[in-house]
Amino acid sequence: MGEIPILKIGDCLLVSIQVDMHDRMAMALQDDLTERIVATKARGVMIDISALEIVDSFIGRMLNSIAAMSRVLDAVTVIVGMRPAVAITLVELGLELSGVQTALNVDRGLTMIRRIIDADEQADAGRGR
Amino acid sequence: MDNTTVIFSLIGEHKSSLLNEWLACQRRESSAGALGEDSADQARRFLEELPRGAEQGPVDDIAIADWRGMRELVEEVSAQRVAAGFGPSQTANLVFSLREPLLQLLSRELGDDMARLTRETFRASRLLDRIGLYTFECYQKTREEVIGRQQQELLELSTPVVELWKGVLALPLIGTLDSARTQIVMENLLERIVSSEAEIAIIDITGVPTVDTLVAQHLIKTVSAARLMGADCIISGIRPQIAQTIVHLGLELNVISKATMADAFALALRRLGRSVVQRSKPDGQGA
Repeated sequence: MGEIPILKIGDCLLVSIQVDMHDRMAMALQDDLTERIVATKARGVMIDISALEIVDSFIGRMLNSIAAMSRVLDAVTVIVGMRPAVAITLVELGLELSGVQTALNVDRGLTMIRRIIDADEQADAGRGR
Repeated sequence: MDNTTVIFSLIGEHKSSLLNEWLACQRRESSAGALGEDSADQARRFLEELPRGAEQGPVDDIAIADWRGMRELVEEVSAQRVAAGFGPSQTANLVFSLREPLLQLLSRELGDDMARLTRETFRASRLLDRIGLYTFECYQKTREEVIGRQQQELLELSTPVVELWKGVLALPLIGTLDSARTQIVMENLLERIVSSEAEIAIIDITGVPTVDTLVAQHLIKTVSAARLMGADCIISGIRPQIAQTIVHLGLELNVISKATMADAFALALRRLGRSVVQRSKPDGQGA
């Protein structure tokens, strides 16, 4: 099984998880993604998990840590397309991913990232004055 | 043991008079007019089944397979009485009311032989008790099935998800939230969030009588799951007493809450960048 592709859209990175993740693949994704964020100076990361049907606590934690890592690298993370069954499972596992933004689909996720980045820039501009 | 069959041969001989007396007894014991047409028919079939079963099996064990005809009859009658809304005692009385005419028949026929009369009376009551109890069991079983089905229907009925506006869902909760209901509520809500691409879900708890720690936990779970799907939740319809309870219990809902559904809806529209405005002055006020 190959690695998960990371696509660049403007200043956002799109990670689309199309296969069921096993743990090593998840670790590889963390490595790849952090490197790509630094290399491309991305401001936003969108993780599309609409094809993900099975989650366990490890994947849940992985999603949380990817968000935390991106935040350290000054990029916002939005998780999009979570399935109802996956959402219920994560809640029952006690993983509410409180540090992560969520959106219903890729479209909404892009809008959300754009809004957050714009708000950030405005705040920075205000501070600089 | 030739004596065993005496009751049944007597029943066979005096079937029609016994039937009439039994029906009269039933009519007397049940409240006026409660007996329908099929009651007579059922009684007739009952008297036919009674000797037939006894030919084959032990007299006082209805559970034996040879009594199948009788068991089926009793099950059918019980189910029918449940559907017709009869009470438990009314249903059991159907069988117990046979005791009086049957014992009268026995004493008429065996009046001179005290020892035999006692034995037969004992047997007859034992038999009727067994059948009566079985009737009652069937009645209860049918009732439980009805209750179970109603519970299931209630679960499905009581959790509608309503689309208030494009992108705004409302979930009016009625009744106490237990784990089973929360599960269904959550699934319904999440499915609708996907299918209608909703951004905001309003959970209205006006119809939830009490909010304790468990209910609050279930609410929080639902809100968290919706958030993971990318939809924001607003809780509305918190009554003053419930607000007090929540604070006294030290619960942290960590959710935007509004007093009424109208407030919540207004907030939802504002978030979507929409507003409700009055187009023109209503009639009668223009000047």
